[in-house]
Order: sequence, then structure tokens, then C-alpha cells
Amino acid sequence: MSKIIAKDLNLWYGAFHALKHIHLDFDERRITAIIGPSGCGKSTLLRVFNRMNDLVEGVRMKGEVLIDDKSILDGGFNDLVKLRKKVGMVFQRPNPFPLSVYENVIFGLKVHHLAKKNDFDAIVQESLESVLLWNDLKDKLRKNALGLSLEQKQRLCIARTIAVKPDIVLMDEPCSALDPQATLKIEELMQRLKKEYTIVIVTHNMQQAARVSDDTGFMLLGELIEFGKTVEIFTAPKDKRTEDYITGRYG
Amino acid sequence: MERIFDEELKQLRQYILTMASLVEEAIFKSVEALKQRDKSLAEAVIASDKKIDELENKIDEFCLDLIALRQPVAQDLRFITMAMQSDADLERMADLAVDIAQRAEELIAQPPLKPLIDIPKLAEIAQKMVKEAIDAFINKDVELAKKVMLADREADALRDLVQKELIYDYMVKDGTTAPRAVPLILVTRHLERICDHATNIAEDVIYMTEAKMVRHHPEKL
Repeated sequence: MSKIIAKDLNLWYGAFHALKHIHLDFDERRITAIIGPSGCGKSTLLRVFNRMNDLVEGVRMKGEVLIDDKSILDGGFNDLVKLRKKVGMVFQRPNPFPLSVYENVIFGLKVHHLAKKNDFDAIVQESLESVLLWNDLKDKLRKNALGLSLEQKQRLCIARTIAVKPDIVLMDEPCSALDPQATLKIEELMQRLKKEYTIVIVTHNMQQAARVSDDTGFMLLGELIEFGKTVEIFTAPKDKRTEDYITGRYG
Repeated sequence: MERIFDEELKQLRQYILTMASLVEEAIFKSVEALKQRDKSLAEAVIASDKKIDELENKIDEFCLDLIALRQPVAQDLRFITMAMQSDADLERMADLAVDIAQRAEELIAQPPLKPLIDIPKLAEIAQKMVKEAIDAFINKDVELAKKVMLADREADALRDLVQKELIYDYMVKDGTTAPRAVPLILVTRHLERICDHATNIAEDVIYMTEAKMVRHHPEKL
């Protein structure tokens, strides 16, 4: 079933046309990877889905973006807090708050008053279990999160994201600060999480896109050039520009 | 943009071409050994097989290295997987040429059963199919590959004709012809199998070029 749909989406930063006539349809509970060279608009596209671009001065959008058939650019999600609860985000650098592990996980719940205090313990356990951190951290919940390893920090950020029960998790280069072993663990985690969440990942690492995603979109100069099943994109892409990029002939 | 990887792919292509020319030569000599009743040609075919086997191993190892080190995708991946399948087809063709050479040795040791007419025709079809499959590979020529696939039917029909003739006109009528008729029947079988392997290569050319899997799916042609 469609989770995210864009129809003729355009975005400008001032005079710069950063996203051009994007049409897309992402299914739920799948991992969709967006690949493309630097500056192609893939992070901008990702940030449309939780309207993070609104923070950028001079940004302008045209077209339609629907999440669960509700427009997010007008009307349906006037309340950005609601939208961002539904659409969580994980960033490139793990960015836990300088608080305890426990406080990090419940941060969103507290801010948005999403759960009663009595439920916090259970939610912390559930969230940390989902990211396979519970066994390691159950006795260190009061420890400052800044003391964790990079990989643990990133897992904690994912736990913080899913604690508010989003539908969609956006990941912007979530492994680029991690070593190969930690990367592999986060990728495994993504495979587990997709049973419950729709995941959209932006990555420079094409092998990663091939390994983790079900669908892949290739972007170039603000356009979505090709979108399809990952296995097809990486064995038999239809567009020569996709072929040139993934085989390293682009440049 | 030329990549270092492109040099390696050219090298792989060269290996396949070298192997293909050795196999074409083996098939040619095996058929000539049969036609001319030339024992030395048959021996040459049998002796050349080892070199072809070694080349197959070399190509497979090279392909595995490229997959491990270059992590190829798209057309590069299709080309490398095709090379790994085609070298197996070429190696089987060389084995079949050895089989034909061995049948030729058996036949040379006996008086001729009959003048060979249809078997050389079948051999001609097989050799043409092998040559065209390799040409299609070199030139990424999908039309030529399709032509090879269609020629396989002709080969099958000719094999059936020759086998019927040998069974009903010779073996059924006169059982003592069996020691000469059976090797000839086997030769037709070997030649027809060579055609099948040429067809496999043609199918791989279509996959490599157009990413269309036509093996076992003739309707996709």
C-alpha cells in the first residue's frame, strides 16, 4: 500500500530549482533508498517528508506530497509537531542529547506529552529492545548517552525516534560516521525495523543501498531519474544515466 | 569515463575469445577427423582439451576476483556472469569435440558404413552456430543471437533424420552394422549438443545486452 506519494513536486531554494517535477510512490513497510551524486537533491527530498526544509530561508515548494493520502504541504498536517511524530528522522552524525540514556529515549514522549509517566519504563525497554541495546544498557540507563560508542549512540537515536511510534523513519546517511562492523549492525537493524516502519534512506554508499533496500530511486540534478525495485536497478537499470552512475562511469 | 575496471573487462573478453577460438578449432578438427578418417586429427583434438579446461578455470577465477574486488553491478555484472556461464558452455563443447574424435577413432578402425552426407551437414550447422554465437557476443549483436537460437531447430530436425536412417535403414535391417552405426548416432547426438551450447551462449548474449532472460523463455524473444 502507498505510504508516501509525491505528485509533480518542485522545490526552490531562492532561485535555485532543487527538486524538479518529482513523482513518486513509496510503499509501506519497505526500505526505499535514494541514491545520487552530491547536490542531486536526495537529502532535500528526504527533508520534504517531514518538512525539515521549512527551516531553510527562502524555500518554496509546489506540487503535492501525501502521507497516508493526506497532504503534508497544506491542510492535512498544519501541525508540524504531529507530522514529525509520524515521520521520524535519523541523522548522519549520531546526535544524542547530553542527557541520560533513559532521558534520551523518552525525550520526544515528554515534549509531546505522548505517554504517561507510568508508561515510560516500559517504552524505554521496548524501544531499546527494538534497537538491540536493552541487554547492553539496561543497567546503565542513568549513564550519560554521550559516553556510548558511536554505534550505540546511533542505535540510541533510532530508539529515540521510534519511541514516539512514528510510521515512517527517514535516515540521512545513517552509517557514514560508523565503521564497517557498526554499519553492518545498523543495516541488520533496519531490516528488522521495516516489519513495522516504512524506512527511507539517503545514502552515498551504493553497496549499502543494494544491501538494505527493497526499492531504489536514482536522482540527478534535482530529478528523480529512475525508481524501481533495487534488484532491478542494480542488475538492469533502464536509464543510461542510472547505469553510468551505479557502474561508476558517471563523472 | 574510462575506468581501470574497463581494462580488466577487456582482458576477460580476450580470454573468452581465446577460449572460443580453441573450441572452434577442436570442433572443426573432430569433424574433419571423422570425414577424412584421419587418426592424427582425432588425437590432436583429444590432446587440446587440457588447455581448454585450464582456460575455463582461469576465466572463472578471474571472474570471481572481479566480483570480489570490483563489486560489479548492471551491465558489468551481467557481462561477468555471462562470461562465467559461457566458458562452461565452451568447455562442454570442447568435451563433445573430444567425444566426436573418440567416435572417429572407433570408426576409422572399421570399414566405412556409408558415405557421410547428412552428418557433415549437421556439423556445418553446428560450426556456424558456434561461430555466430561468438560473433554475437563480440559485437553485442542481439539479432545474430536470435538467429543462432532459431537455427537450433534445424539441427534438431537433422539429428532426428540421421538417427532414424541409421536405426531403420541399417541396424534394424542388418544387426551387424551396429558397431559402425552406433558411433555415428552418437556423433549426431554430440553435434546436436554442441548446437545447444551455442544456443545457451546466444541466450546469454541477449541477457548481457538487453537484460532479458530468454533462457527457457522463447516467448520473450
